[in-house]
Amino acid sequence: MSELSVNHLLGIKYLKKEDINLIFKTADHFKEVINRPIKKVPSLRDITIANLFFENSTRTRLSFELAEKRLSADVINFSAASSSVKKGETLIDTVNNILAMKVDMVVMRHPNPGAGIFLSKHVDASIINAGDGIHEHPTQALLDSYSIREKLGEVKGKKVLIVGDIKHSRVALSNIFALKLQGAEVKVCGPKTLIPKYIESLGVSVETNLIKALEWCDVANMLRVQNERMEISYFPTTREYTQQFGLNKQILDSLDKEIVVMHPGPINRGVEITSDVADSKQAIILDQVQNGVAVRMAVIYLLASKINR
Amino acid sequence: MSQKMLLNSKEINIILRRLACQLVENHPNFENTVIIGIQPRGVFLANRILQLLEEEYGIKNIESGQLDITFYRDDFRRSIKPLEANKTKIDFIVEDKQVIFIDDVLYTGRSIRSALTAIQSFGRPKEIELLTLIDRRFSRHLPIQPDYNGRQVDAINDEQVKVHWQEIHGEDAVYLLPFEKTEQEVIPQKKDTK
Repeated sequence: MSELSVNHLLGIKYLKKEDINLIFKTADHFKEVINRPIKKVPSLRDITIANLFFENSTRTRLSFELAEKRLSADVINFSAASSSVKKGETLIDTVNNILAMKVDMVVMRHPNPGAGIFLSKHVDASIINAGDGIHEHPTQALLDSYSIREKLGEVKGKKVLIVGDIKHSRVALSNIFALKLQGAEVKVCGPKTLIPKYIESLGVSVETNLIKALEWCDVANMLRVQNERMEISYFPTTREYTQQFGLNKQILDSLDKEIVVMHPGPINRGVEITSDVADSKQAIILDQVQNGVAVRMAVIYLLASKINR
Repeated sequence: MSQKMLLNSKEINIILRRLACQLVENHPNFENTVIIGIQPRGVFLANRILQLLEEEYGIKNIESGQLDITFYRDDFRRSIKPLEANKTKIDFIVEDKQVIFIDDVLYTGRSIRSALTAIQSFGRPKEIELLTLIDRRFSRHLPIQPDYNGRQVDAINDEQVKVHWQEIHGEDAVYLLPFEKTEQEVIPQKKDTK
């Protein structure tokens, strides 16, 4: 297979296993490109991409922008804070106005789940979802799986633990879809209040004891507690959360085997993960960031190759 | 239209030896010279040439690499088939080096144009030469000519020149075939060895 089965990347849910394999294979080539003295290829020189960020982002926005520039695409950036959205413009109007300037592809982060899907039905451009509320964050899940594949050889058959705020995490949902699709075993761990009731229907097991869960896994993906999405209190105090679900060096060293520690960022050091763990050899957090650029280049390249063909 | 053999194994062998000989003439000790095989099929030819240089002339440890030009092509979103990338492996900087590009068939010249752009990502070479096994003359879109050439071929545009290598196809041969024919159709039937 040398072409994606989709025209937009709205979520991992819409991808096939072959799509993920193709993205990874293409990302391998781009990883080599971004380690060259000159880290740029001219493939997308006739493509214009709009980065629409209706929600805050550092890593994802920079990573996308860098990926686009490494592919020689023209890039325009938009953040909701300094735009006409504040004046009452609707999403479709905003995007159609941007598309009127001849934009071929839209990378969008939006606080509302399904915003990307909605947009893909109403506007004529290739859409990449860079996070839609608590729904999906497909490129993050792809780069996480890519990093696991790079570190452990393959994703299939690996035991992956996702710890923390599963309920509000688009990273968790996309990761679950991606990992299951590739044949990994997935377990989630966190306070019961932050684990959705239906989660087992996705083929995921639940464990509330962190030590037991860590002893089971090959990879632990530590998520941030998303305070900004919590309208009510889900656990008594941050200190209590850290005591039960925080990963520190002592716990890590007490395990029988060496596990891989991941974090999608931004890290709240001392809450879900301590500094000595985040900076340890077992943590591949910065590899994830580097792989993020290669994986996003692959996604953009493969989607762009389908525009107007 | 059926396939036609342009070169057989013996003829290819003679040509490869001549090409290796010509390279040695211009690059006596390959001190500042690197060999780059253009992916995908130039790599086989490059490996053969490297092998000959070592066996016949005792020139070992020539710096060599593989260059994939997919991301530099000018037909992205224009070709009917999606473009699939191959591995690039260049573990050195080509700054101030004499670079020899090796590809099997020179047709429109667009691949070599892409390779000329791609190699710049690895530095500014002192000079670049081109070695090809087959030169399809009169079909160039760009002013690009080989410095070392195996055989000139006149083929009309809807024909394809396909080079077969022992390593993958089980024989050394060059065929002229109708454009759409797939690779499998021209692979010679292996004799039953039951």
